[in-house]
Amino acid sequence: MQFSESWLRSLVNPSLSSEELSHLLTMAGLEVEEMKPVAAAFDSVVVGQVLTKEKHPDADRLNVLTVDVGQAVPLSIVCGAGNVSIGMKAPCALVGAKLPGIEIKQAKVRGIASFGMMCSEKELGLAEESAGLMVLDAEATVGQSIRAHLDLDDHLITLKLTPNRCDCLSLNGIAREVAALTGTAMASLPAITFNEAGTQAKKIKITAASACPRYNGRVISGVNAQAQTPAWMVKRLERCGLHSISALVDVTNYVLLELGQPLHAFDLSKLNGDIEVRFARAGEKLKLLNEQMVDLQDDMLVIADANAPVALAGVMGGADSAVGDATTDIFLESAFFAPSVIAGKSRRLGFSSDAAYRYERGVDFSAAGYALARATQLILDICGGQAGAVTAVQGELPVRHPVKLRASRVLRVLGIALPTDQIAQILLRLGMSFVQQGEAFLVTPPSYRFDIEIEEDLIEEIARVYGYENIQPAPIQARMSILPRKESQRPLAKLMHAMAARDYQETINYAFVDAAWERDLCGNSSPITLKNPIASQMSVMRSSLLGGLIESLRTNLARKQMRVRLFEVGGCFSKVGNVYLQQERLAGIAYGGAQSEQWGVPAHHVDFYDVKGDVEALFSPLSLSFKAVMHTASHPGKSAKILLDGKEIGWIGELHPQLQQQYDLPNPPVWFEVDVSALTSTSLPKVSAISRVPLVRRDIAVLADESVLVSTLLSAMYEVKAPYVKDIELFDLYRGKGVEQGKKSLAFRVLLQDTQKTLAESDIESSTQLLVLALEKNGVKLRS
Amino acid sequence: MQELQTILDDALKSFAAIHDAVELENAKARYLGKEGSLTGLLKGLGKLSVEERPAAGARINQIKQQIEAALQARRDAIQQLALQSKLAAESLDVTLPGRNASMGSLHPVTRTLERIETLFHSIGYDVAEGPEIENDFYNFTALNIPEDHPARAMHDTFYIDDQHVLRTHTSPIQIRYMQAHMEKYKHLDAMPDIRIIAPGRVYRVDSDATHSPMFHQVEGLWVGERVSFVDLKGIIADFLQNYFETEDMQVRFRPSFFPFTEPSAEMDMSWKGGWLEIGGCGMVHPNVLKHVGIDSEKYIGFAFGMGVERLAMLRYGVNDLRLFFENDVQFLKQFN
Repeated sequence: MQFSESWLRSLVNPSLSSEELSHLLTMAGLEVEEMKPVAAAFDSVVVGQVLTKEKHPDADRLNVLTVDVGQAVPLSIVCGAGNVSIGMKAPCALVGAKLPGIEIKQAKVRGIASFGMMCSEKELGLAEESAGLMVLDAEATVGQSIRAHLDLDDHLITLKLTPNRCDCLSLNGIAREVAALTGTAMASLPAITFNEAGTQAKKIKITAASACPRYNGRVISGVNAQAQTPAWMVKRLERCGLHSISALVDVTNYVLLELGQPLHAFDLSKLNGDIEVRFARAGEKLKLLNEQMVDLQDDMLVIADANAPVALAGVMGGADSAVGDATTDIFLESAFFAPSVIAGKSRRLGFSSDAAYRYERGVDFSAAGYALARATQLILDICGGQAGAVTAVQGELPVRHPVKLRASRVLRVLGIALPTDQIAQILLRLGMSFVQQGEAFLVTPPSYRFDIEIEEDLIEEIARVYGYENIQPAPIQARMSILPRKESQRPLAKLMHAMAARDYQETINYAFVDAAWERDLCGNSSPITLKNPIASQMSVMRSSLLGGLIESLRTNLARKQMRVRLFEVGGCFSKVGNVYLQQERLAGIAYGGAQSEQWGVPAHHVDFYDVKGDVEALFSPLSLSFKAVMHTASHPGKSAKILLDGKEIGWIGELHPQLQQQYDLPNPPVWFEVDVSALTSTSLPKVSAISRVPLVRRDIAVLADESVLVSTLLSAMYEVKAPYVKDIELFDLYRGKGVEQGKKSLAFRVLLQDTQKTLAESDIESSTQLLVLALEKNGVKLRS
Repeated sequence: MQELQTILDDALKSFAAIHDAVELENAKARYLGKEGSLTGLLKGLGKLSVEERPAAGARINQIKQQIEAALQARRDAIQQLALQSKLAAESLDVTLPGRNASMGSLHPVTRTLERIETLFHSIGYDVAEGPEIENDFYNFTALNIPEDHPARAMHDTFYIDDQHVLRTHTSPIQIRYMQAHMEKYKHLDAMPDIRIIAPGRVYRVDSDATHSPMFHQVEGLWVGERVSFVDLKGIIADFLQNYFETEDMQVRFRPSFFPFTEPSAEMDMSWKGGWLEIGGCGMVHPNVLKHVGIDSEKYIGFAFGMGVERLAMLRYGVNDLRLFFENDVQFLKQFN
């Protein structure tokens, strides 16, 4: 909410500077978002009146003026403005005046002395552009400071109000708050002096009594709808961010700003019969003032005449019954609608209005009467006419239930001890009526407060007025106990550090992704879809982290990175039946050299086995198995399902060549994705006896068909349970010279050891022979 | 015996001039070999009288020992020189880079969260987590934000369906944790204090230079019999001073409004001569406690929430929020 400081000070004027006032409001919870002066700093500019005007003898476009600035002798001033005329009043900067950017000095202009400068709005910093001198009112007092004349020593203050402080959505409300905070007295409300001279009246019927607890209306006849809105009112409206529209509309807006009471003026001639406040009926339509045609729903409250709805109650009036230049008689409405009835309606229709904004938060339900009188007075003053009698219908007004406040509870919640008389004083200042019983107060909040329902609400009020700043922080005291930590649970953070140690860079990508990624990378044709995505390429929830990683890879390749290794930990989403599931996953992608480019290390592009090693290291000491299974995103021959204890826990693969092309990647990246829960759960180390006798190594080299899987051979060897065998590992794989096409040479290292004795050659021989037999059963040949 | 002295002088002189092991052994033969000059003298002893023989023999042996000692010394010296030159030839350019030294790093948001968790852990806060697709109850209703309440407009919410949203804050984690805590300790007369922080991704329909549709929050919650607003202020001040490692950090609370806290406050901290908004906080609203079955007369709670990206930006001098989600490694690597 934006307002003018000088308007506020006309209602309550504490002895505080503008900055202090701003601080006071902010620290009371009415955050000042912005405070800016109405005009830039300048001085010595007064109202001047042009007395004479003569052409400059040596310059066609210049005039030599004599200007009355309220001094004994008029000033001679050279002026180049096109709109200057004898008798006009305009701002005149005197010699010595400092304007934005220039200082006025006595000067000769083309040989003629000039003792000041006539000013445009631009020269005073009041407008970006202006044509000619600023024209002032004929009534302006010659010689008066222009700052005083135009009330320029004012500030525009913008409050960022929280939804609970609907009582501060008016100048009167803010003034009331300032008065409470500072103890300064408020000016009394403007007097009402008119007599009810009109004879016309409307009958009002309320069908929805709890939705419309109060409806006041009156007819004002014989108004001049084309009357000029007075300058003071236009100025105040503008400084609150509203443009002047017409006198009748301006008055309703003015009273809205002044008192916070929304009003609506109907053109009486457009209303047929009596007024009814009711819920809309199925099929009814209404064209609103903003030209929007609305299909009314049965939870929308309307003001209707005998035929049809004429306004959406508390939100916006109808276009057909609006006042216009031809209007002569009006029906003026001042009502209270229940917040719950108005709430959400304008949002549903896709717009907001000042009235709905206030009604849905809560409007002072005792204010309708005075607001109607105040608006009537202003209309009669400005547009003339006769005011008819008020028709007032009252339903069930909200009840302000007393709320109990205990000083002991204030102490417990706030941690500071406040004496009861200080609490009482704060309540009084806030306009709360109460009955005190010892340390307890039974408090009845005023009709303009909609946010006092429980004891804590009052405690906040006490703290606010006492000052949050005056509550000193205290060191923490608590009963301590050790937080349990499961050792069988590896902290995710450690695993993330392990990824970083293997040269992967963590990224964070949006959880909503392009539906095409889900389709192309996950084969997911029905992802979880957002109803209101921010952009179409961010419209579905990811079921895999892969898309984001590829996108981040592309970003970095576009920025000329040659080698990119990324990972992410995050939620992946799916829907099973009506349940949304979220699974935390860790995924990585590697692109470019397997190692960073360096001396002494032959370069090779990262491949499946490099990344497989990263995954195995990450899981260590847990042991994984890999099964060749195709994945939508991977090269069909370079894709594997990752298993832990026989359970699928992830995928690894080289990106499918078609996707590589589609995403414009010069080389294929290798990616993997695993479940975090599989990573983090492990078991405690269980120690077995170690042997002190030496290990023996024997190597077995075989020739195998390309189709034979190494894992098959390893399992076969382990399965025969040859004695003394501690460990078997593949340490060499060779293809090429000496090995025929379609074959591969595999070399296994076998470590043997007994727990007690040093092995005899015969023991070693018989064990390795068992292994060789197991290998040969799988169709491989021992290499000589 | 003048001859003996000459042989010794000659041997010492010739050994000193030799730098090669083979040459040295050849030189040895000239004096001590079968045809060597000293060997010749020893052979000549027989020609001397019995009286003369012992003294002459002793004299020759003395010279022989001296020559052998000189020879051994020279052998050692030559070996040492050979080793020296071998080592010299093997020396490395130690300034060449080591192999495979490159490391990745954690994202600055993760780094910041880790720091926040460590600090709160040191005063007994546990970390709680929860789902990012939340139902209406946990994201709104349980937090005292009823349907159509204007406060819902404060949250620009992403909707999945009528009942589900992307969580707009990590507060639903607090609700879930409190429910589980109550269930766990329902057999006790008095429940132990709840002390958690709830970090995580949150979502708002907002995207511009200073807003990201997805960002991170960390919220804190303490519920117990003896906590108050003063403690809340104390914890926030303690945290911010330690997070930024500045003891003179000032913390200011301003009245504000959140449906789930009462009283509520915005937290400002002193920053470069002014005040900077750093998050929201307040005493847990009794309705929120009621929703999870906690007796609000007996127990009081406070909660606070902060934006993780904002804390990271201030801490590390990041001036553009968008950098966090672009994932440019040139940016990310600066957090190694």
